[in-house]
Amino acid sequence: MPKMVLAGIEIEVDEDGFIQDPDKWNEAVAKALAETEGVTELTEDHWKVINYLREYYLKFGIAPMIRKLCKDTGFTLKQIYDLFPSGPAKGACKIAGLPKPTGCV
Amino acid sequence: MAESRTPRVDELEKGPWPSFVKEMKRAAEKKPAAGDLLRQLDLSYEEKVGHWKHGGIVGVRGYGGGVIGRYSNKPEEFPEIREFHTIRVNQPSGWFYTTKALRSLCDIWDKYGSGLTNFHGSTGDIILLGTTTENLQPCFDELSDAGFDLGGSGGGLRTPSACVGPARCEYSCIDTLDVCHSLTLEFQDFLHRPQWPYKFKIKVSGCGNDCVAAIARADLAIIGTWKGPLQINQAAVAEYVKNGLDIEEEVIERCPTRALAWDAANGELKLSAEDCVRCMHCINRMPKALKPGTERGATLLVGGKATILKSAFLGWVIVPFMSLTPPYTELKDLMGRIFDWWDENAKNRERIGELIYRLGMRTFLKEVGLPPVPQMVFRPRANPYVFWWPEEVKRNA
Ligand code: HEM
Ligand code: HEM
Ligand code: SF4
Ligand code: SF4
Repeated sequence: MPKMVLAGIEIEVDEDGFIQDPDKWNEAVAKALAETEGVTELTEDHWKVINYLREYYLKFGIAPMIRKLCKDTGFTLKQIYDLFPSGPAKGACKIAGLPKPTGCV
Repeated sequence: MAESRTPRVDELEKGPWPSFVKEMKRAAEKKPAAGDLLRQLDLSYEEKVGHWKHGGIVGVRGYGGGVIGRYSNKPEEFPEIREFHTIRVNQPSGWFYTTKALRSLCDIWDKYGSGLTNFHGSTGDIILLGTTTENLQPCFDELSDAGFDLGGSGGGLRTPSACVGPARCEYSCIDTLDVCHSLTLEFQDFLHRPQWPYKFKIKVSGCGNDCVAAIARADLAIIGTWKGPLQINQAAVAEYVKNGLDIEEEVIERCPTRALAWDAANGELKLSAEDCVRCMHCINRMPKALKPGTERGATLLVGGKATILKSAFLGWVIVPFMSLTPPYTELKDLMGRIFDWWDENAKNRERIGELIYRLGMRTFLKEVGLPPVPQMVFRPRANPYVFWWPEEVKRNA
């Protein structure tokens, strides 16, 4: 596994840059991950999404489906992309320190 | 001569047919990635295991789909394919290109990728095989400047695809190219920003020959058809017979519903229009004499897919006939209701066909506002009964 220095600590990440150990996550790490996804500033709206994803993940052990994410946060998918240009899975989940969601080809 | 480093895949160069191994070796002269790809494949043939990691998540700004992350699990041995991502590029309707467009695509791909392409995948897309994470964004930017856009991947709408239709084929009952293009534009957001439980494929065929195999591969199949009798040019039929066509054996006998008869004495082909199921057989056999009828439109089928949670499904008729004229409002509205119902009710990774299977056709029809009709009987010998909802049953006092 490659390692990255995020917010001063060395953290294991996978090849797509998702952190491997969710316990290593903190707000400073989130900020550092955000920069890798082209998000320069984390606003209140960003945190609303990040905190929602984290809480959902800690409770259920998986990332929520996108419809649920939009419903529960009140953001449209377009707004989510405005906040996280690389999208909910690659952008928001990564910044929230979730393990890589399994996609489908 | 040096011993080949890929003795197993070299076997696939033998024989008179085209060989992807030959092509990849040619590509390897320019791009070392193609060489490593062949060597890794050779190793897979030897060990009988794949050497790609589980799919990765990579992408370009503003898009959640269109790029598929691929990593070799032997990056030390095959460094050139450490990252070997696939880009899906939305094909033009019916796969028509100018040579200039093809050249510009290939130039861009030579610059940023392995040079290996697949025109076209079974998804319909142009498949650009193999590039690095770093090159994705600049490659996409140049593709956009050249007028191309990405196709679909992941849990969302996949690139709609259509047969060549009226552009080259006189059988086409609908403008497949325009329908495909119009639906792609209408539902772009679902294509670029995957937001559904799973994939959703739309394929458009101009007639029952179904050249894009929509019935077997598309969650929504749009297949051209007609109402009323097919058109018969009796003189041309007689001409076929005169030229040696055994019309009884090759046409009449093979009509699946026995809708045709040959009156040899008068040299006349007789059609019982209400028995014809518009299978295309007789038209295919006598294209100069027979044509689809004049009132044309499409049959819509839902739920086709390969085996995933449940076995493979063929599409199920939900609208026997819809006339299709731009801007296709009736079709688009119905699709909107179908997407909504599926998105609201499906479990993660449940295709629409599987959801209908789980909740029942009756529920599906009610929720999307379609009436049950006899043409929906799933297949011969399937239970043809539709159970009324209790509130729809009127009892005599
Ligand atoms: C983890 C490894 C891989 C998995 C799990 C995988 C899986 C799949 C699946 C499920 C499809 C069908 C997609 C669909 O129709 O929706 C597909 C298509 C395809 N894959 Fe892969 N694949 C992998 C690696 C690769 C690699 C390394 C290459 C080439 C170097 C490749 C080339 C293709 C091509 C050309 C298609 C056809 C695309 C199309 O039909 O439009 N795949 N793959
Ligand atoms: C009220 C009485 C009856 C009802 C409601 C009924 C209903 C049905 C239905 C719904 C089918 C399936 C059709 C399909 O989709 O292929 C069927 C098939 C069949 N029925 Fe009946 N039936 C009745 C009486 C009879 C009688 C009296 C006979 C024999 C004398 C009979 C012989 C058959 C046969 C042989 C088939 C199979 C046909 C095939 O699939 O090739 N049925 N029936
Ligand atoms: S599906 Fe029908 S209309 Fe389309 S290309 Fe094939 S034969 Fe022609
Ligand atoms: S189209 Fe098919 S069903 Fe109709 S008359 Fe011709 S062969 Fe028979």
